[in-house]
Amino acid sequence: MINKVVGSFDEAVADIFDGAVILMGGFGPANGTPSNLLRALARQGASQLTLAANTPGYGRAPEGSKPFRKTPPNYDDGGLLIQSGQVKKVICAFPGMNRPGMTAPLHQKWETGELEVEMVPQGTLAERIRAAKAGIGAFYIPTGAGTVMENGKEKRVIDDREYILEYPLKADFALVRAYKADRYGNCVYQGTSRNFNPVMAGAAKVTIIEVDKLVELGSLDPEVIVTPGIYVDRIAVRENGRKGA
Amino acid sequence: MKERLDEQTMALRVAKEFRDGMIINLGFGIPTLAANFIPEDIEVIFHAENGCLGYGPMPTTEEEEDFHLVNATGTFATPKPGMCFFDHADSFSMIRGRHIDLCVLGGLQVSEKGDLANWATGVGRPGNIGGAMDLAFGAYHLIVVMTHTTKNNEPKLLKKCTYPLTAPRCVNLIVTDISVIEVTSDGLLLKETAPGWEVEDVQDITEPELIIAPDLKQMAL
Repeated sequence: MINKVVGSFDEAVADIFDGAVILMGGFGPANGTPSNLLRALARQGASQLTLAANTPGYGRAPEGSKPFRKTPPNYDDGGLLIQSGQVKKVICAFPGMNRPGMTAPLHQKWETGELEVEMVPQGTLAERIRAAKAGIGAFYIPTGAGTVMENGKEKRVIDDREYILEYPLKADFALVRAYKADRYGNCVYQGTSRNFNPVMAGAAKVTIIEVDKLVELGSLDPEVIVTPGIYVDRIAVRENGRKGA
Repeated sequence: MKERLDEQTMALRVAKEFRDGMIINLGFGIPTLAANFIPEDIEVIFHAENGCLGYGPMPTTEEEEDFHLVNATGTFATPKPGMCFFDHADSFSMIRGRHIDLCVLGGLQVSEKGDLANWATGVGRPGNIGGAMDLAFGAYHLIVVMTHTTKNNEPKLLKKCTYPLTAPRCVNLIVTDISVIEVTSDGLLLKETAPGWEVEDVQDITEPELIIAPDLKQMAL
């Protein structure tokens, strides 16, 4: 029998090793962030990680101070792993804002030289992840030609337009947040919480899905499945449904 | 001291560029405000990089706030008939593939050739690119809306940008707090000035020499 459901979030991330490259879904406040998998990874303690995400995250606000943005209860983002010192490098499009008197953990660690930051335009980030999943060797993209993004990259003129060569972002684990899944790993998402999640599913050697609801095989309409189960290796199920972060 | 337009009024002027049927992407800050001033007789669809076409206005009550429906600036949006969702790879195919009719971005500097710098100053922290670079390369038509000068009254319209570029030769129209300027192959064409502003006043705080439109007008607000 095919059953990709694991017993807990801790079990789901148990084999993430020191130095692993990790893709993390999500965008904006909560919005598709695999909070439970991230907390489990913080407990598990793997270090020297590379974290690739649109925005790695702001982590937890110091006791008694307001969080960076409005979030639902029980929310955590990749900033948790930066605060715990488990991340050595982030690959991202939007490192994030700061506000007076409060510097994001990403910027704190970057300023002290503890964290490397690789900036990638958002669309190039998505396409590099998609390319890894799709078996593409490399691709030419117009974004960044004539800017600092072209430094050190091969350039080519195609139909009178400049393009730069970009390579797939190869990763060891993808941490993905979906809404519903069946035991095969077929997934559907919710609203803009979809974002990077389906792009990342299948783009790493191991794809781990955090879902709000596990549903019976056959109950998802085949016409609306967004991530086919072939891209999914493990499913960990939230107990408190969609309202939690 | 002459009056400069406030952010809402700049956004109002930007929205006058919206045309019926357009797919529009609005960036952080003043661009987002333009959604409040859509001319009544037209229908437009807003695109959000994080995977949504056709979202509705910001919620007016906390009950309407849904963490599964935010726009690309991380602001809550509301559902609207005809709205659809897609993933990031698709979203940026729409952008790079020139399917977005109009994009409005903020700016730190614009050159006389239409180069845009809006994501970093080149010193200090890494800056935030987000989707701006893809939008500047991919949008069919790009409007930059920004104050005409820095807080220290230094020009932001320059012969050459000094900050890292978002994209070269990408800007079509610039709306500032004192003018509307079109980027042409001959240079910057001054088309409109804010009430009370003369051509010389605008030129004084603009580095490149402006070409004056034969039909130069006061900004219609």
